[in-house]
Amino acid sequence: MEKKLKVAALRNGTVIDHIPSDKLFKVVSILHLDTCLNQITLANNLESAKIGSKGLVKISDRALAEDETNKIALIAPNAKINIIRDFEVVEKRPLVLPDEIREIVQCGNPNCITNNQAVSTRFLVLKDDPEVRLKCFYCEREVKIEEVKIK
Amino acid sequence: MSNNSLVSISDYSKEEILDILDSAAVFEASPNQNTLAGKVIATLFFEPSTRTRLSFETAVIRLGGKIIGFSDAATSSSSKGETLKDTIQMVSSYADAIVMRHPLEGAARYAAEVSPVPIVNAGDGANQHPSQTLLDLYSILKTQGTLENLEICLVGDLKYGRTIHSLIMAMSHFNPTFKFIAPEELKMPDEYKVFCRKNGISFSESTELNDNFNDADILYMTRVQKERFQDLMEYERVKNVYTLKNDMLINSKPNLRILHPLPRVTEIDPDVDKNEKAYYFRQAQNGLYVRQAIMSKVLKPLIPKGE
Repeated sequence: MEKKLKVAALRNGTVIDHIPSDKLFKVVSILHLDTCLNQITLANNLESAKIGSKGLVKISDRALAEDETNKIALIAPNAKINIIRDFEVVEKRPLVLPDEIREIVQCGNPNCITNNQAVSTRFLVLKDDPEVRLKCFYCEREVKIEEVKIK
Repeated sequence: MSNNSLVSISDYSKEEILDILDSAAVFEASPNQNTLAGKVIATLFFEPSTRTRLSFETAVIRLGGKIIGFSDAATSSSSKGETLKDTIQMVSSYADAIVMRHPLEGAARYAAEVSPVPIVNAGDGANQHPSQTLLDLYSILKTQGTLENLEICLVGDLKYGRTIHSLIMAMSHFNPTFKFIAPEELKMPDEYKVFCRKNGISFSESTELNDNFNDADILYMTRVQKERFQDLMEYERVKNVYTLKNDMLINSKPNLRILHPLPRVTEIDPDVDKNEKAYYFRQAQNGLYVRQAIMSKVLKPLIPKGE
């Protein structure tokens, strides 16, 4: 009951729940919500039984595409994405890491061409090991997914 | 993007690698040919590398091609702030292929992405230098008669040495056994050990050179650079321990050959040079034939039949 009072219900759109509090604004940034004109509700530092403190994003009248939501897998792999229509959850969308990630990740190698000239970044996602790594398409350096730098 | 670029040794399959080595043997037997007649090749050296540049340019000239380019970024428009993309777009409108050395890692892959003509990577920072790897393979094949099932001992800077890392990748097709000999500061990075395990390649590690290479077929030496060390006392110690001397070769196998990407400083004593097992100068010479093979392959679809 208390939960409903804190965050108003959504008629149509996308809800991203269970975002770790320190990742909320990264999610806002990689989804470019700062320039989105739809009604958006952000909430942060809500109590969560699962992760302690969580953030939440509600975007009205816009169902995010899969290639958009999959970017979230990079920084908040346990976030929950629900697509809402007429107050009902019509889709619980699993987060799947894409095979390739463009632009949102910064290469950790200071000597990489992408950190020195106007070249947008491109990373291949290596999923064959238990520990997922990203490999810079240009300088070929690999980085563990939890050490990825988001632009 | 031209799909015919050579940026990284992993761009080539085992078959393509073997094709290059076959073709290099043909050029060695008969280096002066006309396969690149009428072709213009640009050599863009954004940082100096005299040996590599002369080797590529000689390869092109011996195949009948012509060279344009620069040997130092200070004399090029990049010193005026031109981006790599603009330089590549401009040069690719003049030349049929571009050989490029650049101080930034990933520069060659990016150039290959924006260029309509093939890019041959002649070194991008600490990342890749595939023609060096192919000439290493050619030297190993020539001296051992095979690339299969060899014991290869890698010595020196195994942490930053790009030739070493590329060699491991390339040799992974041929069931090698590796011995990694490096001081603690310059040990083989974990990702390459993981790579070996994943590909079923056995390896061992040691921190002392001594005569640890008595079972080896190839002894691949690299330069231990002073600037890699935080503790200069440690550098002085390592420098002396990692010097190969002629008398250390007494118990080595008769087929052993010593390779080094050059330039060498103190890691191979000059008294080794006269030993028949010293192969590093021949190795550098092999670079010419391998680069002839690379340039021919890269430009092959552009060369009309009958030429």
